[in-house]
Amino acid sequence: MADENWKPKIIAIICNWCSYAGADLAGGARIQYPPDIRAIRVMCTGRIDPLFILKAFQDGADGVLVSGCHFGDCHYLEGNFKAAKRMFLLKSVLKNIGLDDKRLRMTFVSASEGAKWGMVMEDVIKTINELGPSPLKEFAR
Amino acid sequence: MAEVKKNEEPRIGVFVCHCGTNIAGSIDVKAVMEYARTLPNVAIADDYQYMCSTPGQNKIAEAIAEQKLTGVVVAACSPRLHEPTFRNATKAGGLNPFRFEMANIREQNSWVHMHQPEEATAKAKDAVRIAVAKASLLEDLVPKSVPVEKAAMVVGGGVGGMQAALDLANAGIKTYLVEKSPTIGGRMSQLDKTFPTLDCSQCILTPKMVDVYRNEGIELLTYTEVEQVEGYIGNFDVTLRKKARGVITPAEAEARGIVGGGCTGCGDCVDVCPVIKPNPFELGMAPRKAIYIYHPQVSPLIYTVDFDACVKCGLCVEACGEKKAVDLEMKDELMTVKVGTVVLATGYDIFPIEKKFEWGYKNYDNVITSLEFERLICASGPTGGHLVRPSDGETPKKIAFVLCAGSRDSTGVGKPYCSRFCCMYSLKHAHQIIEKIPGAIPYIFYMDIRSFGKMYEEFYYRIQNEGAKFIRGRVANILEDPVTKNLHVNAEDTLLGRPIDMEVDMVVLAAAIQPTAETEKTRRLFGVSCSQDGWLLEAHPKLNPCGTTTAGVYLAGVCQGPKDIPDTVAQAEGAASAASIPIHRGEVELEPYFAQCMEEKCAGCGLCVNQCPYGALSLVEKDGRTVMQVTEAKCKGCGTCGGFCPGGAIWMQHFATPQIVAQIDAFLLGGEQ
Ligand SMILES: Cc1cc2nc3c(=O)[nH]c(=O)nc-3n(C[C@H](O)[C@H](O)[C@H](O)COP(=O)(O)OP(=O)(O)OC[C@H]3O[C@@H](n4cnc5c(N)ncnc54)[C@H](O)[C@@H]3O)c2cc1C
Ligand code: SF4
Ligand code: SF4
Ligand code: FES
Repeated sequence: MADENWKPKIIAIICNWCSYAGADLAGGARIQYPPDIRAIRVMCTGRIDPLFILKAFQDGADGVLVSGCHFGDCHYLEGNFKAAKRMFLLKSVLKNIGLDDKRLRMTFVSASEGAKWGMVMEDVIKTINELGPSPLKEFAR
Repeated sequence: MAEVKKNEEPRIGVFVCHCGTNIAGSIDVKAVMEYARTLPNVAIADDYQYMCSTPGQNKIAEAIAEQKLTGVVVAACSPRLHEPTFRNATKAGGLNPFRFEMANIREQNSWVHMHQPEEATAKAKDAVRIAVAKASLLEDLVPKSVPVEKAAMVVGGGVGGMQAALDLANAGIKTYLVEKSPTIGGRMSQLDKTFPTLDCSQCILTPKMVDVYRNEGIELLTYTEVEQVEGYIGNFDVTLRKKARGVITPAEAEARGIVGGGCTGCGDCVDVCPVIKPNPFELGMAPRKAIYIYHPQVSPLIYTVDFDACVKCGLCVEACGEKKAVDLEMKDELMTVKVGTVVLATGYDIFPIEKKFEWGYKNYDNVITSLEFERLICASGPTGGHLVRPSDGETPKKIAFVLCAGSRDSTGVGKPYCSRFCCMYSLKHAHQIIEKIPGAIPYIFYMDIRSFGKMYEEFYYRIQNEGAKFIRGRVANILEDPVTKNLHVNAEDTLLGRPIDMEVDMVVLAAAIQPTAETEKTRRLFGVSCSQDGWLLEAHPKLNPCGTTTAGVYLAGVCQGPKDIPDTVAQAEGAASAASIPIHRGEVELEPYFAQCMEEKCAGCGLCVNQCPYGALSLVEKDGRTVMQVTEAKCKGCGTCGGFCPGGAIWMQHFATPQIVAQIDAFLLGGEQ
C-alpha cells in the first residue's frame, strides 16, 4: 500500500460566498499552491450533511476539507456555526472508526483571503501527506 | 414537488475553454476534451478558444439541439463569473437553464498551478468528471419571481449618500436617507476648499443639502441608526432607531397639538445652556454647549441635545418658551420601513495618528492633522480662517507637510494602502498658505505625489510654480524644541541622498483614513463582506464595483475604499442606478435553490425546524400524519436543514443529496485509481 507514487486524494466542500470566492481570488492573484485538492461548491457549509463526509471516507478519500465563512459572516447568518458543530461531532465518530481525525478539517476563509486559501491548501496537503493513505482505502469499492 | 428520479437517459455536452492562454497555458485542453468523450453519459465534447464569446455560446445552443442534450458542462473560469452567461446559452438552446454545471479550471486550477501542467491537466479531468456527474442528475427549475418594494434606503448622508438619495428620488423612487449624526453633509462639510478647482466646499455642498431636504421623494432620517435588517432583495424590512434628539420639529409639535411650536433654529437655548464641552465638528478646537447644532449650515436646521453632557437644568426649556421645542424626557424610538434595495454610503474615519508616536501628535502642540488644518484655514472655523500655532497663537511661516502619514505603511502600526486624497489635499493646503500668509513656505515631505485625476497633475505643477518646496523622503521623527515649541523634522532626502534636520513652525500630518468603527456592525446587518483592510467589499473590483455579494445591497463612496469627492459622487450615481433597476423592473428572480420536503420520507420529527435561520420550516398535519412544510417565500436556500434531516427527507433543489454524492463518488471512485 505504501507505494511511492501515492498521491493524496483530498476533497474540499466549500461555501459559495466566502471560501469559494477566496479560492477564486487566490487564482486572480496567481497564488501558487499544490494541486491535490478537488473542490465541490455548496451555497453554505450548513448544507453539508455529515454523511457526505463519511461517504467520501468510505470512497477512500485521504482527507476532507470543509471551508466556509468566518463566524458572523455566513451569508445565511449561522450555517457555519451549525456546520462547525456537526464537524466537531463527526471528528469523534472518525476516531471511533479508527481514522485520524486530522483527516477532516474545517477552516474559515473569507472572500478577501486569497493568500490564506493558498496557505490552507498547503497545510491540508502537508497534513495528509504526513498521515499517508487512508486505512479505509482498501475497502473502497 | 421535486422529482426524485428522472426517467431520462442523461446526454451531457462538455465544452472546454482555452481562455486564450489563461487555461491552455498550463492545461492540455485537448486532452481534457478527449477525456470527457470517454466519460459515461457524455454525448459530445468540444473545445474552443473563448467559450463565453458569441461563437462559443452558439456551440452550446447548437449541440443541445443536434445532440438532444439533457445537460451542459462548461469547463472554464469560475461559476461566480460566467455561470449566468452559460445558463443563458443553455436556455437559448432550448434547455432549462438550471441544467448547466460549470467546472472551474481557471481560478482554481490553471492560475494556481501554473508550473505543473501535468497535475493541472489531471485536476481538470477530475473537475470535468465531477461536473458531468452532477449535470447528469440536474433537473428543471423555475426561478421564483418576487415583487420589489418601490422604495429604497441610503445609509449615510455624506456627499455620496446624498447624491445616491437624490438620484433615486429623482427617478421616482421613495427614498429613506438614514444618517446617524444630527445633519447630513458628512466629512465634506468640514473641508474649506476642494482640489483641484478650489471651490469652497460648503458653497457646493450646501445647495445639495438643501436639495435633499426639500426633495419630496426623500424621507430624511437624521440622528437615526439601523438596528436590524430582515428579508432579501425586493423586500428588506429595516428597523431603525431614531435617537432621542431632545428637540422636536414643527411637524412633530403639530402632531403633539402645540400650535406654532417646534424648533425654528433661533438658538435662544444655546445662550442659556451652562454646559460647555469640546466641539467635535471643530475637532475639539472650539467649545460647544449641551444643546447644539453640528455646524451653521446643518440640514435639517434643528437643535440637538447631547444627553451625555446635559445636566437637565431645564434652562433651555424656559428659553424656548411657547415653542415648546425642547423635550428633555424624549426617548429613542424604533420604526420599521420596507425597501426593495439599499445603498450603503457610510464613509470613513481618520486613523488615530498619535499611534505613530515618533511624530508627536497630541504631545507637541504644533503638530496637527490635515483635517484640523481644514478647520483652522476655514473662515467659519474656530480661528475665523487664521492659521495659527496652537502653542502661542502666532502665524506659522515655515510649515512642513508629512504625506503618507500612516498610509502605505507596512510597519504594522499604519495602513498598507494609499489613502488616495492626501497628496492632493496637501497640495491644496500648500496653495492656501502661500495665498493667505505672505512669505510662508510649505515644505512637502513625500514618497510619491499621486496626482492621477483630471487636471490634478496640472494642479501639482501650479503649486510647484507657486513656490512650494518638495522633499522626497519619509519623515523618521519629529522633535520639539521645548522653549520655542518649534519642531525639528528629521528625514532623508532620497533625491539628494542626505539626511535633513529642518526646523519648522508647524507640522501638518496627512493622516491615513480607515473604515469607521461601526463598519463591522453595519456590514454584518446587511450581510456584506469586507476586504482584508476592512473596507466594504464590492461584488467585483472591475465589473461590478457598486454591487455587493448580497443582492439588492450596493456601495457608494469611501466606505468601499478611499476615494475623493468626484469619485465618490460618480460611484454614488452608479450605485443609485444599480439600486433603481430592480425597483423599476418591479420584480426580481430569486435562484430557486429552495428546500422541499419529501413527505414520504419525512418522519415529522421536527428537528429541522430549528435549523432554519429564517423560520421557513414548520410542521403540518397532512393525510392524518405530521410532516414538515417549507414556506418558499422565506427559504433562502442555504441547505442547513437539508444537511441535518436524519431521514434524508429534505430535497435541496440544485444541491440535492444524490447530486452531491454523485460528485463525491465521481471524484473518488470514477477516475483512474
Ligand atoms: C483633510 C481632508 C481633506 C480633503 N479634501 C478633499 C478635497 O479637497 N477634494 C476632494 O475631492 N476630497 C477631499 N477629501 C475627501 C472627502 O472627504 C471624501 O471623498 C468624501 O467626504 C467622501 O464622502 P462619503 O459620502 O463617502 O463619506 P463621508 O463624507 O464620510 O460621509 C459618510 C456619512 O455617513 C454617516 N454614517 C456613517 N456610518 C453610518 C451608519 N452606520 N449609519 C448612518 N449613517 C452613517 C456619517 O455620519 C457621514 O455623514 C478630503 C478628506 C480629508 C480628510
Ligand atoms: S428533520 Fe427531516 S424528518 Fe424531521 S421533520 Fe424535518 S424533514 Fe421531516
Ligand atoms: S434551505 Fe436554509 S433557508 Fe431554506 S428552509 Fe432550509 S434552512 Fe431554511
Ligand atoms: S455562506 Fe459561507 S458558511 Fe454559510
